[in-house]
Amino acid sequence: MPYVPHTELDTQEMLAVIGAKSIDELFREIPANLRVAPGALNLPPALDEQRLMAHLTEIASKNIDCTKMTCFLGAGIYDRYVPATVGAVISRGEFLTAYTPYQPEASQGYLQTIYEFQTMISELYGMDLANASMYDGATSMAEAAIMATGIKNVDRVVVSDAVHPHYREVLATYCWSIGVEVVTTPSIDGVTKDWNADGSACIIVQYPNFFGCIEDLAAARKAADEAGALLVVVADPVACALLRSPGSLGADVVVGEGQPMGIAMGLGGPVVGLFATKKEFVRHIPGRIVGKTKEAHGDRPGYVMTLRTREQDIRREKATSNICTNEALMALAATVYMIALGKNGMTQVATSSVRNTQYAISALTSVGAKVKFGGKVFGEFVLSLPKNATVVRDAMIAKGFLAGLPLGGYYEGMENDLLVAVTEIRTKAQIDAFAAAMKEVLA
Amino acid sequence: MSNIPSDLKYTKSHEWVRVDGDVATIGITDFAQSELGDVVYVELPTVGKMLAVGDTFGSVESVKTVSDLYAPVPGEILEVNQDLVSASENVNTDPYGNGWMVKIRLTASVPTDLLNADDYGAVAV
Amino acid sequence: MTSGRMQLMPEPKLIFDKSRPGRIGCNVPRCDTPEVDMSAVVGETRDDLHLPEIAELDLLRHFTNLSQINFGIETGFYPLGSCTMKYNPKINEQTARLAGFANLHPMQPVETIPGALEILNGVQEMLCEITGFSTITLQPLAGAHGEMTCLMLVKAYHESIGQANRTIVLVPDSAHGTNPASAARCGYSVKSIPTDAAGNTDLAYLEQTLAEIGSDVAALMLTNPSTLGLFEPNIEKICKMVHEAGGQVFCDGANMNAMVGTTRPGDHGFDCMHLNLHKTFSTPHGGGGPGCGAIGLQSHLEPFLPAPVIRSTGDKVVADYDRPKTIGRVSGFYGQFLMEVRAYTYLRAFGKEHIADISRYSVLNANYVRERLKDVLPPAHDRPCMHECILTAEKYKKEHGVRALDISKRLMDYGFHPPTNYFPLIVPECFMIEPTETESKETLDEFCDALITICQEAIDTPDVLHDAPSTRVVGRLDETLAVKNLDVRWWPKS
Repeated sequence: MPYVPHTELDTQEMLAVIGAKSIDELFREIPANLRVAPGALNLPPALDEQRLMAHLTEIASKNIDCTKMTCFLGAGIYDRYVPATVGAVISRGEFLTAYTPYQPEASQGYLQTIYEFQTMISELYGMDLANASMYDGATSMAEAAIMATGIKNVDRVVVSDAVHPHYREVLATYCWSIGVEVVTTPSIDGVTKDWNADGSACIIVQYPNFFGCIEDLAAARKAADEAGALLVVVADPVACALLRSPGSLGADVVVGEGQPMGIAMGLGGPVVGLFATKKEFVRHIPGRIVGKTKEAHGDRPGYVMTLRTREQDIRREKATSNICTNEALMALAATVYMIALGKNGMTQVATSSVRNTQYAISALTSVGAKVKFGGKVFGEFVLSLPKNATVVRDAMIAKGFLAGLPLGGYYEGMENDLLVAVTEIRTKAQIDAFAAAMKEVLA
Repeated sequence: MSNIPSDLKYTKSHEWVRVDGDVATIGITDFAQSELGDVVYVELPTVGKMLAVGDTFGSVESVKTVSDLYAPVPGEILEVNQDLVSASENVNTDPYGNGWMVKIRLTASVPTDLLNADDYGAVAV
Repeated sequence: MTSGRMQLMPEPKLIFDKSRPGRIGCNVPRCDTPEVDMSAVVGETRDDLHLPEIAELDLLRHFTNLSQINFGIETGFYPLGSCTMKYNPKINEQTARLAGFANLHPMQPVETIPGALEILNGVQEMLCEITGFSTITLQPLAGAHGEMTCLMLVKAYHESIGQANRTIVLVPDSAHGTNPASAARCGYSVKSIPTDAAGNTDLAYLEQTLAEIGSDVAALMLTNPSTLGLFEPNIEKICKMVHEAGGQVFCDGANMNAMVGTTRPGDHGFDCMHLNLHKTFSTPHGGGGPGCGAIGLQSHLEPFLPAPVIRSTGDKVVADYDRPKTIGRVSGFYGQFLMEVRAYTYLRAFGKEHIADISRYSVLNANYVRERLKDVLPPAHDRPCMHECILTAEKYKKEHGVRALDISKRLMDYGFHPPTNYFPLIVPECFMIEPTETESKETLDEFCDALITICQEAIDTPDVLHDAPSTRVVGRLDETLAVKNLDVRWWPKS
């Protein structure tokens, strides 16, 4: 019996104390016609640990993962450096197997790390405060939009089409469900200029956007002000180590995806949603938040989950969100990352991404591809190819490169366009090899 | 035993009402504040908001609970107690005095089914 | 009152207070491409970033020390009701870290990830068999997310058959708060159904409600076994009643641990359910997440599933995007994939032969605890419990001024994590104790012995309980102050 310690003797002794003759007797309240006999379910046979590992290894080997290909694909999930300390910390049993810190006296360790996480996300985003995490960037954005409709009492939101298509799909689902209208405003030459924001609770812009272009947040702020709407920015936290923070440019709410900070790509899950805002909106925010206080009858400082009355277990149908479980362990991974890299390291990661991206642009534009949009980019850009981008992408896989994301499936007329990301872990040699392979494929 | 002033009217949802001409002052009772515990936040409406009897006009929050506030009389919000923003504990220490929450200008007569002190005393247990 | 050993321990310092300019805590990748003029390329850059600067060893000590003032399942017994704090197998951590799983990009072409699709489909198929539903999707990222997704499917279903007028969701008064909160997220209003004295859904009240407003009812949300730890004996009848009124029945699967291998919600009459893989199927709680919110549904709800639908065509597993009636995506990518790898590993360890052990031994353990404690903490209901028992400390409050919370705080001094208190709301001064099947008889005996001792302390020396815990790094905290003087981050000195 895997993981179940009971011996036959244990079972007999326990049944004797209970006063039952068998375990079956304990299930007597379940109607007989609803009972399943032990062994009756059609499941595969049990595997011992040795065979489990062999079986899973075999399945894993069927995938072409990014240790077998050089990754130039971004689109919201990035192949970045993960310091060895991250894994060491998050595999500690006291963190890995803890529950939500509802009993603060037994959970000061985790609670303090969450306070540190909240601080550093606020810092990166330039905002007053951040919560203890959301599920992912996409749902975080949807929650920000709904929060805005509650604050402004208006059931309409505007989102740029230069925001990640999957994020916009999640937004559409959440808004359909609750009766909020979503208006999509088209980008022009890779950036958003006209917002059509009148009568909206918020406008939503991504920074850098899905195409890698750095949007003009000051202009977005103006457009939001003219419409009396909130400005919601979906921001890459790594880019925010270098660029002006969204908060400094007037964002009301900043959301994003924390995966690039110490979390494996893992086919996109688990990851971690980030949510930060201004002090004045704190009672409207979804999710958990940790605060610092002191002992009731002593002097020691301590940490505790606070503003709990917003949450579902207390406020029920009037809660700011239905979220309960969040991404605490992944937030801890990001916390270790942000501390390990620190101010110096994160700035370096960001500047290295810019350098590598610029080098890749010059290498790729000299083998027959063009950069599609004229604006400034951070670590990602759209490459216009003389051929269908999906055909090119597939041919590049055979050469050992995950070249990027073909955009034809997401944007009309962009069948020959490829979204390419170049992170800090790519080397000059890898980029040169990438360009050489591209040259062959484009010939 | 909670304090229930005899000159006020009450609701089953633990609001008290003091009527003076066409202005009604409203707060929550001593019983309500002791059930809630330390009040940490009071959400109040904007001046000018129109309310019917039974409409929610705000909420009062302690660490572990939130309770909605229900309008016992119909009218327009004339004034809200701004002191509660920084001194929410007034609701606990002086629920009938400086813990008052809103003043309403009556647009119709006070409902006849509001409770007097004795009837409320039977409710507040 | 912090006493003894803990007083000598220095207060933990924030990482920011340990920061020293110029330090770095890792070996950053070196860049070998040419330098660029940053502001010419990206525009204005910031000069106001305040992140810590810490050496690598100091970083590790910081987290190691914090871990030692944090309680996990691996520290000790953690009997939180409805949370299913069972052993999180270490082998699952190894399989989830295989490069062939961890280094996959969600937007790489499906032709390159047949092994990942095999995992997703494998988990889906095994969960279908265990739950009795015809389809499982793994796109929801947590239990509440799964609840909401189920209600979205119900909403889409009613819209498709011209019944969008159904705007009410019925929820028992014992329900977890995520139930009404998820209903509100789907634009539904919520009506409460009481629980009767025996701990079952009040059938007469339900019947009356359906008679009055049945044509407006979209769904009934039921937890089975209930949050009282009791199996709903009338479940088939309840599902039938709601179906006759045109509503759907949703099963909150938080308590699935009592049912795995013994009974299947899909057979009870439910239309859909959510599962918490991080409860029943051993994926680690991680301090509050990641969760993993698989949902099961019957075939009439399938057309509305989030896309892509992962399914087997017989000879291979595909990601099907051709879903004209889909409600749309509920999350960014495929779901909590690396958690699915853990769940897959866990399910393959049990297999056909052992799967029923999960429910059988979790129910045995809960009934044993209930029996050992019944004289000091009376069970709320005179019935066998399922995988968790609800006991009440009401007599201690009435006779000695000691509350369930005080007893729980004192348990920490004895080295145990407290059980759940004050949920469900309908039992006063309650403990909800869920041992899970991975606890040995000795652990349960130690826990029961400690609780019996503490209940005697409640009578003899109640102040010890009021002051508890006194052996943790902090005593009880001022939660009022935490709200009034809201301090949710450290600020750099400017």
